[in-house]
Amino acid sequence: MKQAKSANSGKFSLKSVVSISDFSRPDIEAVLLMAKKMEGTSRAKKCKLLDTINVATLFFEPSTRTRLSFETAAQNLGANLISVADGGTTSQKKGEAVSDAIRVVAGYSDIIIMRHFIEGAARRAAEVCDKPIINAGDGSNQHPTQTLLDLYTIEKEFGKIDGIKIGLLGDLKYGRTVHSLAHALSHFQNVKIYCIAPKALKMPKHIIDELRGHVWVHETEELDEHLAELDVLYATRIQKERFPDPLEYERLKNTYILDRSILEKTKPIFRIMHPLPRVNEISQDLDETSAALYFRQAANGVPVREALLFLLSKQVKK
Amino acid sequence: MKEETGQKKIYVKPIVEGTAIDHLYPGTAVQILQILSISNFQVTAAMNVESKKMGKKDIVFIAGKKLSEHEINKIALVGRGATVNLIHNSKIIRKEKISVPKTAEKIIKCINPLCITNKEEVPTRFAVQNNPLAALCFYCETKMDEKEIAASVQ
Repeated sequence: MKQAKSANSGKFSLKSVVSISDFSRPDIEAVLLMAKKMEGTSRAKKCKLLDTINVATLFFEPSTRTRLSFETAAQNLGANLISVADGGTTSQKKGEAVSDAIRVVAGYSDIIIMRHFIEGAARRAAEVCDKPIINAGDGSNQHPTQTLLDLYTIEKEFGKIDGIKIGLLGDLKYGRTVHSLAHALSHFQNVKIYCIAPKALKMPKHIIDELRGHVWVHETEELDEHLAELDVLYATRIQKERFPDPLEYERLKNTYILDRSILEKTKPIFRIMHPLPRVNEISQDLDETSAALYFRQAANGVPVREALLFLLSKQVKK
Repeated sequence: MKEETGQKKIYVKPIVEGTAIDHLYPGTAVQILQILSISNFQVTAAMNVESKKMGKKDIVFIAGKKLSEHEINKIALVGRGATVNLIHNSKIIRKEKISVPKTAEKIIKCINPLCITNKEEVPTRFAVQNNPLAALCFYCETKMDEKEIAASVQ
């Protein structure tokens, strides 16, 4: 187990936000603390924090929620926003390299938020660009701000992340959110992770091996088995596009359907999280219960992204 | 081909100047030849020869060539535990047991077809771990195991 460090004592050390694997515990704590401050500050006060900063959102892949969340965060802080919602149809069609596109946009902006379908595009951008980059998703690789908002949601709901008992449910083989979240949780103490998935969608062995040095991990196919122990169940969508064999998808797509009946077996503090969008893995009859945390989780993206923009803007001003 | 001179068994004609890559696991000599730029050199390989340490081993002799650090790093990823002997005037003047490098640049091709290094002209870069051998792509974070690394050294 890692040594405990005083809670919320972190100092943010990163130049760009590319991968959750770059984050130390102090980096995570610095973001969560700043997100809490952002949430507690009125928009009237926040709106001058970034008023001399140009923020570019450069999306080479379609996105609605993530882009809106980032743009809301930037506008809440008073940043000047320039936006390309469909970069895939412009520079990429002309065959422009990621590095060239980023260098050009860096000439107009102080912080660049980018989503790209090529895996490693954000790392490449951060390598060639002297302005801070925020990775808003690079293919199936990383989406670090999703993980940070997941952690913020857990901390906000439970008052701490240390000691949390969390079930990761569904597609643990291909789901990048659960891989990143599990990795981030390994920075915290006494965390118990229950990996609940059908055999064909089990968490990759190399991730389990890495986690075992830091947190308690249990793998199972049975959802009911540990429901009573869980604080949080993090459900994921089984993604059709990941399956080479459509029959295999049909066989597995309804493996776990969460509905109100599960609440008979859970603790009063039990909460359900989901990165959204959902298909049918969480029944709508849960939406009005206290267990439904997923919409509040999505809303937490704004203060977390405000925090990141503010922390990165300190470098710009130097 | 095989002669006995005192205690030592000589499988091939010794080289006067150049490099001998010794203690290669049986079967790896062919791949070593493929990954090195040796088309202009006289090369001899002995495969599945007896070895006290290893039972069987492969050896590669390259006349007139001194390996660069980049080439030695390539060999380290395919033939772990190999020894590189520098030969001058028919004598071994330097013997080096090669170790796995901490980073591999422009050596391994990423197995992820969606990685930026396979989409654009971006040189590959990996962080390498030993025991068990694994390589982590700097860009797409794909982790490759020993077999995948051996098949992807270029």
